[in-house]
Amino acid sequence: MTGAHVATAPTGGAVDSDRTRAENSLGRRLVLPAVVLMLLVTAFPMLRAIWLSTFDYSLTAPDERSFVGLSNYWTALTDDLFWQTTGITVFYMVFTVAVELVIGFAFAMVMHRVIFARGVVRTSILIPYGIITVVSGFAWQFAFSSTNGFVNGWLPFIGDDFNWFGESMPAIVAICVSEIWKTTPFMSLLLLAGLAQVSEDMLEAAKVDGATWWQRLFKVILPNMRAAIMVAVLFRALDAYRIFDNIFVMTNGAQDTASISFLTYRQTIEQFQLGLGSALSVLLFLSVLLVAYLIVKLFRVDLAAARQEG
Amino acid sequence: MTAVKKLGLPLGILLILAWCLLPVVWIISLSLKSEESITAGNPGFLPAEGTFVGWENYEKVLTDPLYDYFPRAILNSIGISLIATLLSVIVATLAAYAIARLEFRGKRLVLSISLAIAMFPVVSLVGPLFDMWRAFGIYDTWPGLIIPYMSFTLPLAIWTLSAFFREIPWELEQAAQVDGATSWQAFRKVIVPLAAPGVFTAAILTFFFAWNDFVFGISLTSTEAARPIPASLAFFVGSDPFNRPASLLAAAAVLATIPIIVIVLIFQRKIVAGLTSGAVKG
Repeated sequence: MTGAHVATAPTGGAVDSDRTRAENSLGRRLVLPAVVLMLLVTAFPMLRAIWLSTFDYSLTAPDERSFVGLSNYWTALTDDLFWQTTGITVFYMVFTVAVELVIGFAFAMVMHRVIFARGVVRTSILIPYGIITVVSGFAWQFAFSSTNGFVNGWLPFIGDDFNWFGESMPAIVAICVSEIWKTTPFMSLLLLAGLAQVSEDMLEAAKVDGATWWQRLFKVILPNMRAAIMVAVLFRALDAYRIFDNIFVMTNGAQDTASISFLTYRQTIEQFQLGLGSALSVLLFLSVLLVAYLIVKLFRVDLAAARQEG
Repeated sequence: MTAVKKLGLPLGILLILAWCLLPVVWIISLSLKSEESITAGNPGFLPAEGTFVGWENYEKVLTDPLYDYFPRAILNSIGISLIATLLSVIVATLAAYAIARLEFRGKRLVLSISLAIAMFPVVSLVGPLFDMWRAFGIYDTWPGLIIPYMSFTLPLAIWTLSAFFREIPWELEQAAQVDGATSWQAFRKVIVPLAAPGVFTAAILTFFFAWNDFVFGISLTSTEAARPIPASLAFFVGSDPFNRPASLLAAAAVLATIPIIVIVLIFQRKIVAGLTSGAVKG
């Protein structure tokens, strides 16, 4: 079909159109395996999830499967637990990304200036990135433990027998610490790449003009690396919204620490409620899309405003 | 002011090092404490006199029949991660070459699909995959994990590779074509050797993902036949099922971390290049 279209193109001659046609078909053949694989594991199961979500279907009673329309969605959306886990998930996302942005930027500034110990610093910053999230979860869970951890001993304003996992907020903080520890290096590497694109000449000029350190930071450095910041925030926010591993390991969802991913996992895999679980899967997917849309939108507005300003 | 400037940088470096290494040192320290001292409650960072047991926990995790599933999980993780990495990189190389080099219809679609998959909430898929894999008979097998790992690492591998491919001087390929080579020959003989470092970087990042995965690992396996290390650690129980054997678990965690640390130490330059090019330029 495409070939015929290309062949009848008025300009370019026979050689060119042959080439275009060959390029078209070669290109498609080369990307085909990747596309098939990606769709096999995402699009197809997602369609299946949408279909399953219209059934009352429990794996413990597979013969009693019955079509219920949208009632699973109704059940989920009118349940307090759903909204509570969604709220907590948003909190995890906003809190961890905000902290990571500040610390990650500070790390990137240091790494940008480091000359003599560059290799050592860059190697160490990759260690948290490489470590399995589950291992990081355990390390921090034991660290926060009141019986054999060190955190209580190191924090003077907290009693030695304080139980971090006995209440909701402290448990959430402990989970966030593990998450932030593990992913800040990723953020700082992306910001470091953005920092490298800020022109040194402009910084020098600002310095000569008498700009203070803070002025240079907010008027020169940050505006010039807006794209890198946007990418880093988008990637990390979407990742943080899917938080699961640390919660599973550190609290197993106790003390109201469950995220929406955790709730979905629990319904589907632990309680075998494939119908309701699938409805939650679809809602989780839609909410990730919404978050992605909002972040992109937010930054775009920001970008436009900044451009007018400058 | 100059004093602050002089001290600021070394202080920053020290802070970064402390940040990165503290939990690592902590988990190693935990793995060297005796199990009894942990259950008795042993706060404090380093093993103290009388609680230090050397390699005992490591020996136990690797050789005690009670923990048979852990050496098996190491084997699973190595096998599954390596196969997934190899296959994913082959498929991604083909796709990235086409994206960086050829003009064809549907290119944008491929890029949008891979972007969508990078954002995909993995947990959304475990229900339907759980159901499908049981129907196909690959639930709780190596292929049952290799296939999801491949498709979830493809976006990152495709981005990293196409960023690398864009920087290759393609005139060389044209020269080969002028000399009578076909597109495919030019690709294979000229470009593949030049692209090798990029391919290698993509492979490391893919391996990281597969080694780190937890959601698929716990949902798509049920026995030690395919359960990888992260899932195995989460279900780690000792002689007393109600008390997690912290020091043994720490030893197992350290063992699971060693391959990653070795890779980081050897390939740090490539990893940084891959992470930033894949994310920023992609």
